[in-house]
Amino acid sequence: MAAVSVRDLCLRFGAVSVIEKLSIEIQEGEFVVLLGPSGCGKSTLLNAIAGLLDIDEGQIWIGGNNVTWEEPKDRGIGMVFQSYSLYPRMSVEMNLSFGLKIAKTPKDEIARRVAKASKLLQLDPLLKRKPAELSGGQRQRVAIGRALVRNVDVYLFDEPLSNLDAKLRNELRVEIKKLHQDIGNTMIYVTHDQVEALTLADRIAVMRGGVIQQFAAPREIYHKPASLFVAGFIGSPAMNIFEGKIVRAGDGWRFEGGGIAVNLGPYEFTREAKQGEVVFGIRPEHLSLAHSVGNGAISGRVSLLEPMGGETILWAETQGRPVSVKLQGDPDVNVGDDVSLLFDAARAHVFEAATGARL
Amino acid sequence: MAKPIVPQGRKPGRLSPSRVGVYAVLVVSALLFLTPFWVMLVTSFKTMNEIRLGHIMSWPDAFTFEPWVKAWSSACTGLACNGIQVGFLNSVRILIPSVIFSIALGAVTGYAMRFYRLKGSNLLFSILLIGAFIPYQVFLYPLVRMFSTIGLYDSLAGIVVVHVIFGLPFMTLLFRNYYSSLPMELFNAARVDGAGFVQTFRYVFLPMSTPIIIVATILQVTGIWNDFILGLTFAGRDNRPMTVLLNNIVNSTQGEAAYNVDMAATILTALVPLTVYLISGRWFVRGIAAGAVKG
Repeated sequence: MAAVSVRDLCLRFGAVSVIEKLSIEIQEGEFVVLLGPSGCGKSTLLNAIAGLLDIDEGQIWIGGNNVTWEEPKDRGIGMVFQSYSLYPRMSVEMNLSFGLKIAKTPKDEIARRVAKASKLLQLDPLLKRKPAELSGGQRQRVAIGRALVRNVDVYLFDEPLSNLDAKLRNELRVEIKKLHQDIGNTMIYVTHDQVEALTLADRIAVMRGGVIQQFAAPREIYHKPASLFVAGFIGSPAMNIFEGKIVRAGDGWRFEGGGIAVNLGPYEFTREAKQGEVVFGIRPEHLSLAHSVGNGAISGRVSLLEPMGGETILWAETQGRPVSVKLQGDPDVNVGDDVSLLFDAARAHVFEAATGARL
Repeated sequence: MAKPIVPQGRKPGRLSPSRVGVYAVLVVSALLFLTPFWVMLVTSFKTMNEIRLGHIMSWPDAFTFEPWVKAWSSACTGLACNGIQVGFLNSVRILIPSVIFSIALGAVTGYAMRFYRLKGSNLLFSILLIGAFIPYQVFLYPLVRMFSTIGLYDSLAGIVVVHVIFGLPFMTLLFRNYYSSLPMELFNAARVDGAGFVQTFRYVFLPMSTPIIIVATILQVTGIWNDFILGLTFAGRDNRPMTVLLNNIVNSTQGEAAYNVDMAATILTALVPLTVYLISGRWFVRGIAAGAVKG
């Protein structure tokens, strides 16, 4: 039984259709990340699941119940918002217990649940404070606590870390992952940050224009992106892209274009290939460096080096097109060097030019 | 040889000609508004004999409090001669319920309009905007007819209801704009927590509304206290507010006009809004800024 199931959801704002016929099945205990650029409908989808937005067509099921017409409080969800949205005039303790008081939960039960959430999130020293006296990270922990005390099956996170600075974001990301491992509830998490998505998710749903482009485990999203959009959206620096065509070469296929020619022998096609316009992609870390020119697949000249401590991003000009290479440590190259870039065609990606679909 | 000045530390201020001009304009306009008040103040402490000399700006020779006492307790407002104190009490009795009810109603309507985007709420908002700017003389006669039909005319309840009705558009605008500056997510959070219309307002938004309630109180207290035409029309003979009685004192003089008593009565009437302005300067400016309609 799916924990959350969205069936043929349509959602429009006036004449503008934000989500059209979207379906997604989320398993019990799964951590699912909705990932996409701003305006792709990911927050809209989350709000529809939460019941904060009225939908136009379709059904929403949570925990085996059809909750399409239910109020948020009756759906068995807890939600964490981007801007914390703590009640500013209440202490942390009151923030945590507000929903339970409204629901007329017995006092000792409230105390028990607040204590449990507070212990889990290390909020004990903060309980008497007002939200204004907390740092951003503490506020977001309280906001998570407020969702936790509801004791529900599904937790929804709407870009919970995007208001925090980089260091806090990393810390809290780890905390959220630990939390999921500890309590094992279903979680749906909206973000536009690919690192959050890749590190947290059991499965990622990459969205664009209200449509789920690919719904798969992070590893598969990264290594076998279903479309050119997914390939370009995930990974930093972005995947190197060459436009060209594939042609028959003996009993295999060959890519030609963008100044390179690649034998696609080792590449696993996901469907029947046919001659035509394609886009060829290779991730920066799947390129390696050879100092001599001529025997590599791509030749170019180093135009820029970005040392990042543990790794270095090398930018090379090849036929007027910049190609990025991610190298470990500090490689022995200088700007202006002529280099060859080697790669394994098995790790490359080929997409149909017209549709952007993986071949 | 003069020592060259090395720039360091705080930049020295300079009195430029334009700055002098600005101050001059400010001083002149302040004088323009203060002069009449000065005339009123000194006249109210003069005897009639001294007033007849016509030195309106001069300090009183024989300082007397008699006009003030008379204005408060024994000046004639038509047939009765009980001074303006009756009006003061009436004004207070009108003011308190009017301010409380108009703010309470405006806060709830403003909250509903901000957070419950119902069908037609934009239309309602436009109607309210128009309502806030139509002069009320237009409504006077129809309202008199309606109120006398339902038996509210000529009563304390009647004048309070009128003030609440006429205060509603602007109070709603004020609160709606204030709540527009608060995030929708806060409302959603309360919704997920299961709080309903009343609970969300009572426990989440009302405790955050202190600044705007202060602003609304200032606007309503000064507005309702200064009202003349609604009090004259709706309050009835027994509940006429201070402004109406002031007018009666000034107009019902027989023979020589008692300027000192008139001035004292006027200052007494103006004392409440004047005090409100003086002690709430910062808030009052904020209130005017809040009146600027946005979104």
